[in-house]
Amino acid sequence: MCRWPGHCMGFGSGCAWGSLGGPVNYNWNWGIFWEQTPEATGTYFASLMSGLGVTIALALCAWIIAFVVGSFIGIIRTLPSKWPVRLGNAYIEMFRNIPLLVQLFIWFFVVPELLPQDLGTWIKQLRNGPFVTAMIGLGLYMSSRVATQVTAGINSLPKGQRMAGTAIGLTTFQTYRYILLPLAYRVIFPPLTSEFLNTIKNTAVALTIGVLELTARARSMQEFSFQVFEAFTAATVIYLALSAVVTIGMRYAEKSLVIPGFNGGKA
Amino acid sequence: MFADFDFNVIWRSLPYLFREGMTFTLTLTAIATVGGLILGTLVALMRLSSNAVLSTFAASYVNLMRSLPLVLVIFLFYFLMPYIGQWILRADAPVQVGAYTSTIITFTLFEAAYFSEIMRAGIQSIPRGQVMAGYAIGLNYREVTRHVVLPQAFRNMLPVIFTQTIVLFQDTSLVYVLSITDFLGAASKVAQRDGRLTEMYLFAAVVYFAICFTASFFVKRLQKRISIIR
Repeated sequence: MCRWPGHCMGFGSGCAWGSLGGPVNYNWNWGIFWEQTPEATGTYFASLMSGLGVTIALALCAWIIAFVVGSFIGIIRTLPSKWPVRLGNAYIEMFRNIPLLVQLFIWFFVVPELLPQDLGTWIKQLRNGPFVTAMIGLGLYMSSRVATQVTAGINSLPKGQRMAGTAIGLTTFQTYRYILLPLAYRVIFPPLTSEFLNTIKNTAVALTIGVLELTARARSMQEFSFQVFEAFTAATVIYLALSAVVTIGMRYAEKSLVIPGFNGGKA
Repeated sequence: MFADFDFNVIWRSLPYLFREGMTFTLTLTAIATVGGLILGTLVALMRLSSNAVLSTFAASYVNLMRSLPLVLVIFLFYFLMPYIGQWILRADAPVQVGAYTSTIITFTLFEAAYFSEIMRAGIQSIPRGQVMAGYAIGLNYREVTRHVVLPQAFRNMLPVIFTQTIVLFQDTSLVYVLSITDFLGAASKVAQRDGRLTEMYLFAAVVYFAICFTASFFVKRLQKRISIIR
């Protein structure tokens, strides 16, 4: 049942130590990054960089889904009527209480089976199947977290804001669009930043369904070259750099979004 | 769509799933929670200490762990540990560390970073006046920390600690990448052996959901009770 690359990759992990015996010292070789990979598609450095590209692309695509769906769910949980709130709560419980890995497996292995046969087959044969699946799975998983933040943000606003909207004759939609949401998103900007960082980190789980992102690339580099430390040090440094860039970028973005006189902005 | 759904495969594999799989999942969760909490408290105390070396070390450790994906850390430690063992034990060859031992150590060290942030928030939530009062009646740092600060910090943070444990419980499924037989690993092995991916993965999802949903329900209740006490 191993039709997909990566799904069973864990099973060989122990082999690196199986044949070791006698005094063994680790041979450092930082030049390894400039050597060719066995697939002869380029250097190990290029392979890691392509992994970084996939990680960034996957994180951004998943984030768009998480943000759009999460905002929708978060907003309906603050509506005055009962049913949207219940629906939103159920959605969040559903996606928050199942591990991400299990959710990815369900999107990847189970959902195509449950769809009408033609559609399922078409999905299985998609060239970017693993990437698209990971994008949807990760996006929806993160959307439940975004939704929690959006709800918290809207509820943190003074009640007067909503009432003022109603008082000047805005519809519910207009109140959200012009009053509540612009304020709420600014309030939750810092937690949303950390959810985006979580999205980047969670992309690594996608290697289990065969997405060749950064961790998968580091792992295959380790497997082919036996340069464990170099491979994983490089991946570590890249992840650290990535999260530093995002953190700094978001700090600037947050500053530029401040409304004078509101939320700590200088009047 | 459930026409050719084979419930029997789930029924047949129940003993394997729970006796082998879930046992490891729960063991790993328990050890990593307790170990991570103890280590994390120490790291939090280091981070809040006035010693610059200690606090810098603690801060870098926490920030490093928190910016890396758990999957990467699992791989990293799995491949790193034999060499660290060799270095510590002054052995001739890399020490064989099994996948099980390796994940237990990995999760403890990784979760310590997250628990330390929780404990730091808990410690900082205790008014400074209490610490000063402790010193005023002649207690030393150790006694103030042990008898005044930590019990309250721990109690205030109890709901957050349990929530983190639920997250940890879900994250243990990632040991799949080392092909360990945790609950998901067991489900996936049966799924692949019998070609019953749909049934097994859906069942795994249902079980995880039931456990986490129940647990977070009780955490919410605990939170309400504690907030009244305060």
